Amino acid sequence: MATETRELTCINCPLGCQLTVTLVDGEVTSVAGNTCKRGDTYGRKEVTNPTRIVTTTVPVEGSATERMVSVKTASDVPKGKMFEVVAALKGVTAQAPVAIGDVILANVAGTGVDIIATRNV
Amino acid sequence: MSKELERHAIVVVGGGPAGLAAAIGAYEAGERDILVLERDTQLGGILNQCIHNGFGLHTFKEELTGPEYAARYIARADELGVERRLGTMVMDISDDRVVTAVSSEAGITRIQAGAVILAMGCRERPRGALATPGYRPAGIYSAGTAQRLVNIEGQLPGRNVVILGSGDIGLIMARRMTFEGAHVQCVAEIMPYSGGLKRNIVQCLDDFGIPLLLSHTVTRIEGRQRVEAVWIAEVDERMRPIAGTEVRYPCDTLLLSVGLLPENELSREAGVELSPVTRGPVVNESLETSIPGVFACGNVLHVHDLVDYVSEEAATAGASAARFVQGAVDADDAQRIPIVATDGVRYTVPSTVSVERMPEALTVRFRVGNVYRDHYVSVYLGDDRIQHRKKRVMAPGEMEQVTLKRAELLAHPDIASITVKLEEE
Amino acid sequence: MFDVIVIGAGVSGCSIARELARYDASVCVVEREEDVCCGTSKANSAIVHAGFDAQPESLMAMLNVEGNRLMYEWAQELNFAVINNGSLVVCMSEADVDGLEMLRRRGEANGVPDLRIIDRAELVAMEPNIADEAVGALWAPTGGIVDPFGLTVALAENAAANGVEFRFNAPVSKVTREGDTWAVTAGEETLYAKAVVNAAGVYADFIHNQVAAPDDQLTIIPRKGEYYLLDTTAGNHVNHTIFMLPTPMGKGVLVSPTVHGNLIVGPTATDIEDKEAVDTTPEGLHDVATKSSLTVKNVPLREVITTFAGLRAHQAKHDFVIGEVEGAPCFFDCAAIESPGLTSAPAIGVMVSGIVAEELDLAKKPEGVFDPTRRGVPNLMELSFDEWDELCQKDPAYGHIICRCCRVSEAQIVDVIHRVPTPRSLDAIKRRTGATMGRCQGGFCTPKIMEILERELGMRPDEVTKRGPGSELVVGINKDQIEAPVSASEGGEA
Repeated sequence: MATETRELTCINCPLGCQLTVTLVDGEVTSVAGNTCKRGDTYGRKEVTNPTRIVTTTVPVEGSATERMVSVKTASDVPKGKMFEVVAALKGVTAQAPVAIGDVILANVAGTGVDIIATRNV
Repeated sequence: MSKELERHAIVVVGGGPAGLAAAIGAYEAGERDILVLERDTQLGGILNQCIHNGFGLHTFKEELTGPEYAARYIARADELGVERRLGTMVMDISDDRVVTAVSSEAGITRIQAGAVILAMGCRERPRGALATPGYRPAGIYSAGTAQRLVNIEGQLPGRNVVILGSGDIGLIMARRMTFEGAHVQCVAEIMPYSGGLKRNIVQCLDDFGIPLLLSHTVTRIEGRQRVEAVWIAEVDERMRPIAGTEVRYPCDTLLLSVGLLPENELSREAGVELSPVTRGPVVNESLETSIPGVFACGNVLHVHDLVDYVSEEAATAGASAARFVQGAVDADDAQRIPIVATDGVRYTVPSTVSVERMPEALTVRFRVGNVYRDHYVSVYLGDDRIQHRKKRVMAPGEMEQVTLKRAELLAHPDIASITVKLEEE
Repeated sequence: MFDVIVIGAGVSGCSIARELARYDASVCVVEREEDVCCGTSKANSAIVHAGFDAQPESLMAMLNVEGNRLMYEWAQELNFAVINNGSLVVCMSEADVDGLEMLRRRGEANGVPDLRIIDRAELVAMEPNIADEAVGALWAPTGGIVDPFGLTVALAENAAANGVEFRFNAPVSKVTREGDTWAVTAGEETLYAKAVVNAAGVYADFIHNQVAAPDDQLTIIPRKGEYYLLDTTAGNHVNHTIFMLPTPMGKGVLVSPTVHGNLIVGPTATDIEDKEAVDTTPEGLHDVATKSSLTVKNVPLREVITTFAGLRAHQAKHDFVIGEVEGAPCFFDCAAIESPGLTSAPAIGVMVSGIVAEELDLAKKPEGVFDPTRRGVPNLMELSFDEWDELCQKDPAYGHIICRCCRVSEAQIVDVIHRVPTPRSLDAIKRRTGATMGRCQGGFCTPKIMEILERELGMRPDEVTKRGPGSELVVGINKDQIEAPVSASEGGEA
């Protein structure tokens, strides 16, 4: 039986509780240091399946005014995949016109998540 | 040569989040003759370069990026047919509300406004304002300038970065530059706490192993042509560098995120009374400045932490301006009760209240001057404490608010002042 | 082969070149930096001194007073900013009043007109913020303030318009005599001339010592001066240029409005060895801050928008070194041009060009060939809205504001870019238009000016610099050093 503890800062409010999450064989057994329920939920998710929205830009061609169009992952991707997501966008160029929500790159880095535009160009 | 004076009921100076929400607020309050003047070639203001997510949680109950948040308001303004002039910069506002603007299309135009809404936003404190000793090489950017270069121009300002100041834009840029291939060595913050959101410290620094050095500052800049290194020292409780703690960080770029200042040059020249604390206009419950018919909202009024509050505040300013031009309010003969900010509360917006003119519930926003744990936010009407709410933590980086109810003020006639303060118990 | 090579495109070199352009002669100015006005000329107090400071009979005294007179005259034909606001030397104790009298007599001996000692009451009426300790002052109505960038650029543009050539990024490494001519190695190339003028600022000793006899070596000591520049909100804190009468306790700093509407406070005076050390120091800045309050009350230092340091070309004898170097025919020094060098520049130009012309037996160009006028750059701050509107009708780019703080439009920036010498950097644009000089210090306009430079001069973004090679503003493009995945992910490009 492998017991592990992880220290992290809760991001839900300015309080920034220092959470201590205990895992046994990869399963969360307790969250300590939190002040509210949101801290508990955050702690469990952050140590077992941390995810992030990744935002960046890609060059856009065919626009008279814009050189870049901002993009994001359509939903959360695993935190450990962030750099792969960005790297997959190297060399990707969008063609104007672009509308918010347009898919710029499907299934980025094998995450099953699309990269979509966040700006109308 | 003088062209004819144009006339509009409401002129909104600035088409960023505040200006857009103000225009929409004025429209929804029944005013149709609204003109938004925007210096950029598009609406949306600074949100266009804030490509990160986290906007709109309060307003739309979802996490949007800056451009997406702006697009919702632009779409609404389009739908309502709010008139706007882009590439148009306001150069002067007179105390009788003549707005002078310049653009390539029209040259100089003068507009007589029934009411003016100031929504010019804020700007960053530059390096020069810090008087940091050393050279003045290329490679020193305010975080917002770097953000524009990276997000709008696609240009990388540097590869090896140190950030001074832990304001949110600085934190956001730590992650942005990392994603674009730069190495961010550390963020130095002169205060013992960060002015940024916890979320940003975790997701923009911790996620990437970028250290946050609290109570540290840059004491020297090396490099004659381009930044070659900065020296960072620990500071004492009076924020003076401690001898012997200096460490040299070789780098090619120094980003600064050391504070935002409301951009009130126009307001000052118009004669609007400014608060030395917020550096924004002093306003009453209608968000009206010392000049009747001139209203202010958003970061030009006081620097906000969340854009959602900017939109909310701006909608109020828009509605107030609409009531003003519709003649719904009499000349300024209302009895004004001052709101006193004290004991840890640095300021309040608004800073005066008229019971006759206030809505049933009035939001009063403020910031605290230090990190306070387990303190109470108290509101006194005269000597009578009517609110006493415990907060686990309050920090200068986050805006706080209380709500004043008209009914309660009516129940306290003849009070000389309202006080908002922090109490330990 | 040129008739004359001028080494150094500071204010002295440009003034000499402009005055040489009156003659039928080929003139080339060589400059180590990427633009004019990059050394001592760009970082100083920007004062038009009246001329009471220098020792009577000295070159300094003569050229200062003459330069002061010419400065106001030249501002008319060359269209640079100068304001005759007058100077005050403030006396801080009754015991030192004799010092004021001594200064007045010295000034009169130098030919400074209209000097007058005023009492405290008159002083307070002129300067409400003067320190409580001030007992009186010397009033010098001919004192003024000038835009040192504007002056130097105007001289260079007018010189170029009249046929003078400029070579930038061309540091002079060697000057040798080859028969009857001088060979000047400047950067990659060697240029030849009948005469050489050494106006190399803090490096004038290096140039001089290559041609002078061993017993005639020159030593220029860089004397660092550090300054605070305050926002235009503080620009009216004083009306005149306020100097402190030195006391046995030391010398104060000056407090003065600038032609751009800011307030300048400084300088310190520290002799250093490094001729490139234009860095500010904790001690220097502290010194300025402390001394600012000696003569003027409540100087609002919190309104600081930048601090900077400049180097004066100091020489032990403390007088200008002008003239032909012994044993080096047709090699002329214009060295040790420290304060009041900026004020003296017009007179230095006239004097040195005269010496060179006489030595080379140059003839004046025929009447009407030399054009002494130079078109200014419109200052939108000074125009009425109607006048500004007229400009917009002629060129809509006057309606596109690039620098908000200093009210500089796209039209002015494009205008200066297409002049000679051509500005190619952010600082070069700053010197000509004032853009980036305001309270946000280029925060908003830097990316926009970069775009205009790229468009007008066909530069790549990473070729645009702050002040020449090595000071690039951006280093690459997004993701340029990120490795793309080896196998393209699904949905990506094949």
